[in-house]
Amino acid sequence: MSQIQAFDADRALARIQELKHLDGALLPMLHALQDEFGYVDEAAVPLIADTLNISKAEVEGVISFYHDFRRLPPGRHVLRLCRAESCQSMGCDKTIAHVEQRLGVKLGETTPDGAITLRDVFCLGLCAHSPAAMLDGEPHGRVTPQVADMLIESAGRRQ
Amino acid sequence: MKIYVPCDAAALALGADKVAEAIESQLKNRHIEAQIVRNGSRGMLWLEPLVEVETPQGRVAYGPVPPDSVAGLFEAGFTRGGEHPLRLGLTEEIPFLKKQERLTFARCGITDPLSLADYIAHDGYRGLERALQMEPAAIVEEVANSGLRGRGGAGFPTGIKWRTVLNAAADRKYIVCNADEGDSGTYADRLLMEGDPFVLIEGMTIAGIAVGATRGYIYIRSEYPHAFRTVQKTIAIARDKGYLGPNVAGSGKAFDLEARLGAGAYICGEETALLESLEGRRGQIRPKPPLPAIEGLFGKPTVVNNVISLASVPIILNKGAQFYQDFGMGRSRGTLTIQLAGNIKHGGLVEKAFGLTLREAIYDFGGGTATGRPLRAVQVGGPLGAYFPESLLDTPLDYEAFAAKRGLVGHGGIVVFDDTADMAKQARYAMEFCAIESCGKCTPCRIGSTRGVEVIDRITANQERTRNLQLLDDLCETMVDGSLCALGGLTPYPVLSAVQYFPDDFRKPAPAPQDADASQEISSWR
Ligand SMILES: Cc1cc2nc3c(=O)[nH]c(=O)nc-3n(C[C@H](O)[C@H](O)[C@H](O)COP(=O)(O)O)c2cc1C
Ligand code: SF4
Ligand code: FES
Ligand code: FES
Repeated sequence: MSQIQAFDADRALARIQELKHLDGALLPMLHALQDEFGYVDEAAVPLIADTLNISKAEVEGVISFYHDFRRLPPGRHVLRLCRAESCQSMGCDKTIAHVEQRLGVKLGETTPDGAITLRDVFCLGLCAHSPAAMLDGEPHGRVTPQVADMLIESAGRRQ
Repeated sequence: MKIYVPCDAAALALGADKVAEAIESQLKNRHIEAQIVRNGSRGMLWLEPLVEVETPQGRVAYGPVPPDSVAGLFEAGFTRGGEHPLRLGLTEEIPFLKKQERLTFARCGITDPLSLADYIAHDGYRGLERALQMEPAAIVEEVANSGLRGRGGAGFPTGIKWRTVLNAAADRKYIVCNADEGDSGTYADRLLMEGDPFVLIEGMTIAGIAVGATRGYIYIRSEYPHAFRTVQKTIAIARDKGYLGPNVAGSGKAFDLEARLGAGAYICGEETALLESLEGRRGQIRPKPPLPAIEGLFGKPTVVNNVISLASVPIILNKGAQFYQDFGMGRSRGTLTIQLAGNIKHGGLVEKAFGLTLREAIYDFGGGTATGRPLRAVQVGGPLGAYFPESLLDTPLDYEAFAAKRGLVGHGGIVVFDDTADMAKQARYAMEFCAIESCGKCTPCRIGSTRGVEVIDRITANQERTRNLQLLDDLCETMVDGSLCALGGLTPYPVLSAVQYFPDDFRKPAPAPQDADASQEISSWR
């Protein structure tokens, strides 16, 4: 996730403008901002609202509805652990407990050094290889506590 | 010579990219001429990464291939199909695959997903070719006569939906593909989008021509970044080659497509919430009527269909309604794409005519549990599907047969649990999931699910167990009766089935002798 840039209002506006021709442009805009900066900055809300001619409250309402959109910058790496039924049947609870203990944070939190944001996910479509995980957008299967350790270590090496 | 290394996310999840790199470097070092093709998955997921080599006898499979075994494969002469402990023989002869009836997934794993030439060489775009010679109403009738029912979960006849849109007069109509695939235990949509994306685009194009829609959207969940990128690339290729755009395949008819990403909300798989989301709003359910077929995306008549429904259309047009109709049982015609998941030895995709029993799917194809322990429970149809005990395993996979047992075929996902499963925990999770994913429109769903979690906690803590079981039953009844959509309306099914079939799990930890049998308290389920 090293390509993530610090928030910059001019660049945010440029990304928003690029997409304004789309029908139903709000979600694509929010995704574009999050791709670029890792989260949707407060300062982007009025820019979107003005461009789409909708209220700031409407933009806020959409951001808060979807689990994906973040209001604060994430850690340098995002590790998502699946906790849906198929992964439950193969012991994802054990992996999750192990990772939470090792990192000292709960699902939804970021380690104090800003290295890893831990997040849950409800199914990655990798249910034949449960428990599944995704590290910085890359899929991983059969994520036992040992495999989770390897993932965390590989993220540490990449900074 | 060609070597196939899948690019499907499930193969990547087990190191397929590293395998491809290792093969590449071995080829170079050994001065062997070969082309590495990144195909989709054959669906035998427990064998991923499944590497195939083209030989004069046919494609020979090796799997599962960990990256560090590649050097050994070369030592064994695998580029000529040489013997090796990982050699599985001819791919097509592997029983798991050989016993299937691959119609919708006919090409998946065989071709290069991004090669239009491959697609056409394997019967691609024949359905569109035939559709372009037909009247729109005749295309719709062909689909109706095939008996195809929506594969997204509800099983609504696709032809009837299309007919409604065809007959709705409007200046603009839309085809929307539901690729939100949120049900745990399902991955058929993902496999298809990553392995044979052209067939989805062809199906949507036929739908557009049939109902008079010129524009389509594919709404893909954000948990599927690889599928999203593959579909985007495929759309660009199809447009570049004249299969999308103002003049589809030289017909003078227009149809174009755009892929859009979801944002992590299960409810956006429900079609009206999906349309809200596409329009740039919170994914909240719209009351029906009006049906999306009359007033859908941006208020225009819209076909909303699942990936597999749309991807089944090309073969129906190519081979005819009767061909498709000849597969299946009762009112469930054609093939079902079963996805074996969870605690299963041979997890993977099985495309088979409707009517296979759950037991046959789990044992004959899946090989039983992964842990080797006895099977305890099976959830079919995702988080809203009932938990079945072993005694219901002879139920055939058919919409009506499942409904008769209060089950759900849904999108065809089968999640197996062994005897270590705690069914009270599963019931609690069903309520928790509903609370997390509720769109917030109805009180029974939004508040009832949170209450449900609390009540189950009290039951398992043995606090006034009998009274709380009755409360759980009442709560479920309110959710079933008072919810606008199936999230609130069906969440009681996994909950009550767990109580019904696994009452002992609700009696722990300290069963008092006078304790009622939990299953006796849930009158609304019976
Ligand atoms: C809570 C909920 C979630 C749903 N999720 C999906 C989904 O992920 N994919 C899907 O195709 N249909 C899903 N559906 C069903 C859709 O509402 C709709 O019936 C379907 O897209 C119609 O297409 P089909 O007729 O081809 O199945 C869901 C329904 C509900 C109530
Ligand atoms: S049942 Fe739940 S998800 Fe469905 S409309 Fe009501 S609140 Fe929304
Ligand atoms: S339930 Fe975890 S990947 Fe599907
Ligand atoms: S909207 Fe209030 S109960 Fe459904």
